Amino acid sequence: MKEPESIEGSFHLTGGDFNNAGAASSELKTILTKRGISPDLVRRAAIVTFEAEMNVIIHAVAGVIHYSIAPETIRIAINDMGPGIPDIELAMQEGYSTAPDWVREMGWGAGMGLPNMKKLSDEFRIETVVNEGTTVEMLIYLRKDSHEGT
Amino acid sequence: MTFNKVIEILEADVILDKGHKDLEILSVCSSDLLSDLLHFAKKPQAILITGMTNTHVVRTAEITDIIAIAFVLNKKPEKDTIEMARQKGIPLIVTRFSRFTACGRLFMEGLRSCTEDGI
Repeated sequence: MKEPESIEGSFHLTGGDFNNAGAASSELKTILTKRGISPDLVRRAAIVTFEAEMNVIIHAVAGVIHYSIAPETIRIAINDMGPGIPDIELAMQEGYSTAPDWVREMGWGAGMGLPNMKKLSDEFRIETVVNEGTTVEMLIYLRKDSHEGT
Repeated sequence: MTFNKVIEILEADVILDKGHKDLEILSVCSSDLLSDLLHFAKKPQAILITGMTNTHVVRTAEITDIIAIAFVLNKKPEKDTIEMARQKGIPLIVTRFSRFTACGRLFMEGLRSCTEDGI
């Protein structure tokens, strides 16, 4: 069978734009579904993207989600211009959140975002510089024997 | 359990329905914390019982494959929420019961949690 070619694209996010929160993740979910990727993997990719998208909208000034879908992996990378994370270890703890109350009133800021992104992706990397921004890169394997670089 | 049966158990009013009454509901999620839902909603064909009525609820349902939403305490969803649910094909109902009672009633009739282990 002919391998499907890799595709990639990006979404631009604006901090504080709660009206469009989730639009990028929704679009990515549609793209992945149309590509015939299994519902479980689509769901995982959509959730990690949504978590990252909400983080940018809640905490940052702006950000970009870049995705690439290769035959063996989905790569999702999020770069933001934001406050950065002073203590990544703390931020990775379930339940730890710095979201303000008004964000919590909308249903967000439970402190599950980063841990959930790590849990649902096969590879997870985070780099952050305080007062500059954060980059999160996640890989989801489309085959059980996938690994980075293939 | 059919969606119609859920409507009956929750004594709910239908806010948005596009012929979903035969939809099969297999599990239940309940939370007002949307990031918690992204974390624990695992089982397919779940209904969400929530007190949140903003558009983010519909978006979260869409992303986690939740197929129907019930709002508790007679909370009517915002206009934008109904519109987004229409676009995404997610039916909406509203019940006078609290989250606790709504979940309890569905549990008594045999539905279980949408979490991975059903607990």
